Amino acid sequence: MNANSRQVLWKKEPYIFEQGSSGREGISLPEEDEDFSTQNNPPLPSHLLREPINDFPEVSEVEVVRHFTRLSQWNYGVDTGLYPLGSCTMKYNPKLNEEVAKLSGFSFAHPHQPEPLSQGALHLIYELESFLSEITGMDRVTLQPAAGAHGEFAGMLMIKAYFADKKDARIKVLIPDTAHGTNPASVSMCGFKAVPVKSNKDGIVDKDTVASLMDEDVAAIMLTNPNTLGIFELNITDIADIVHKKGGFVYCDGANLNALMGIVKLGDLGIDIAHINLHKTFSTPHGGGGPGSGPVAIKNILSDYLPVPIIEKREKRYFFNYDQPKSIGKVKSFYGNFLVCVKAYAYILTMGNSGLREASKTAVINANYIRTKLKNYYHIPHDVICMHEYVFTDKNQHEYNVNTLDIAKRLIDYGFHPPTIYFPLVVKQALMVEPTETESKETLDNFINAMICIADEAKNNPDLLKNAPLNAKITRVDEVTAARNPILKWKRD
Amino acid sequence: MVFPEELKYTDQHEWTRIESDSATIGITDYAQQSLGDIVYVELPEIGTEVKKGEEFGVIESVKAASDTYSPLTGEVTEINEDLQEHPEYINQSPYDKGWIIKLKIKDSSEINDLMNSHQYQEYIKSETE
Repeated sequence: MNANSRQVLWKKEPYIFEQGSSGREGISLPEEDEDFSTQNNPPLPSHLLREPINDFPEVSEVEVVRHFTRLSQWNYGVDTGLYPLGSCTMKYNPKLNEEVAKLSGFSFAHPHQPEPLSQGALHLIYELESFLSEITGMDRVTLQPAAGAHGEFAGMLMIKAYFADKKDARIKVLIPDTAHGTNPASVSMCGFKAVPVKSNKDGIVDKDTVASLMDEDVAAIMLTNPNTLGIFELNITDIADIVHKKGGFVYCDGANLNALMGIVKLGDLGIDIAHINLHKTFSTPHGGGGPGSGPVAIKNILSDYLPVPIIEKREKRYFFNYDQPKSIGKVKSFYGNFLVCVKAYAYILTMGNSGLREASKTAVINANYIRTKLKNYYHIPHDVICMHEYVFTDKNQHEYNVNTLDIAKRLIDYGFHPPTIYFPLVVKQALMVEPTETESKETLDNFINAMICIADEAKNNPDLLKNAPLNAKITRVDEVTAARNPILKWKRD
Repeated sequence: MVFPEELKYTDQHEWTRIESDSATIGITDYAQQSLGDIVYVELPEIGTEVKKGEEFGVIESVKAASDTYSPLTGEVTEINEDLQEHPEYINQSPYDKGWIIKLKIKDSSEINDLMNSHQYQEYIKSETE
């Protein structure tokens, strides 16, 4: 296999501000008509007229179209190729979902539209909540949070409200060292203190470790399952018992639900509250592709604290219920990122019960296929059967002075998006691969071959890796200077 | 990598230099190497009370952001302002120009819990295996 991807047709593209010329317009408006402008339409009041903007681009329509089309050709997305970014679940987003979200009844729905005219949208929200309850094994769901970390924040606020209500001033939240970085941040935002929990040599949390940290100051344990090493937390039910016995909650970061759909219900594991990422597990675009959605699923014990409004149904009519005195209030304008919910709803309906289960199984098999094929070439710190993703390191390449970053950069030359690097922090020099269920065996084999070639290059031609990527429009960037002296704004010379 | 004999070390890879009731604190040569090029350092305010084992600041490198943990309990008396402009001092000179804060030590018995240079080197070895 050769490193033969070649990005770009255009090596260089001037900024839009550097294109065009003075007086050029994209659209020709009709000449001002005297009758039209003065007689029936008095001039606009001055406060509605803007001042001229200096240096505003003056370009034709085709210049604009070419400019942005060229920029888009430098892009790499899941529609271009494999995007094995661990922890991000970059699965394919079926175009059907986009078509459904474009239906005018959804795309033109106005958030201030009265209830009787919004019954279809409300039906969708109500039903998606019930689908997600079923998939997670929880009692209720709110679709309001706009992304995963926002879901964490909303969930922690509910836990906080519960204890405030019970006059129980708990201050701590236990967080394993394999958590997402957003977990301690969300916990701190809610005024709790994050207490780290060390995972064991197998990469999971021991029940004894939790027992030693658990007391009546602990509001919750917040763990990710499968965790960020891509390993299932086998002790989860025992851990849940320990936490429950001292009156705490078990919060699950459900960002990795893609490994479990239709196979494991979070609610059956003793989990009381979890957030889900529609933009990961349920195939709605993310990254540059669109806003996220981070619904929170709860057991009934927390239902009084759900954000308002709650969508309820009475005699076949849906309505907003704001009458929730203990609610944490609103966490997002209106009702969440509604069109993202539409796409997730379309995905669940097209996949169905067996399709979702198949997606999770395939995601797990794909990750294990890559892991097994590459384990003789790259060091694996926790050599166990993984779930939907796995972590390896550059340890075998140290003797050639090749590191994680070099390996990741070289993958670009082979036409692949690099995996996540230097995360999770609990593994030194980590590379984290999540192929998702999207990829065919042929694509996985191409990736595996590229990785084997890179291992060989590391040994025989390490300079090649040090300078990679060589075939990309932008080769190795100086990240240090960029971070220390960022230039955030273009200025005319 | 260098680990001066006169310093004390923690399992979170901070060093401290004790001079009567004052402790100068930074991160070790090993820590700066693992973090890679440091691009930003968040410092506490003078007068902040820090507790042993608790975070007092953040170090950001091109790879990751990491909390820095205090080896001892005490009050922050000085901070290394130069690091705002020159975070690379921590890479270039972790034990000298790259110092981060100075504390007025509250409980000198805590010093006994810290590692000496030899113990710390053994600790790194056990961690990297």
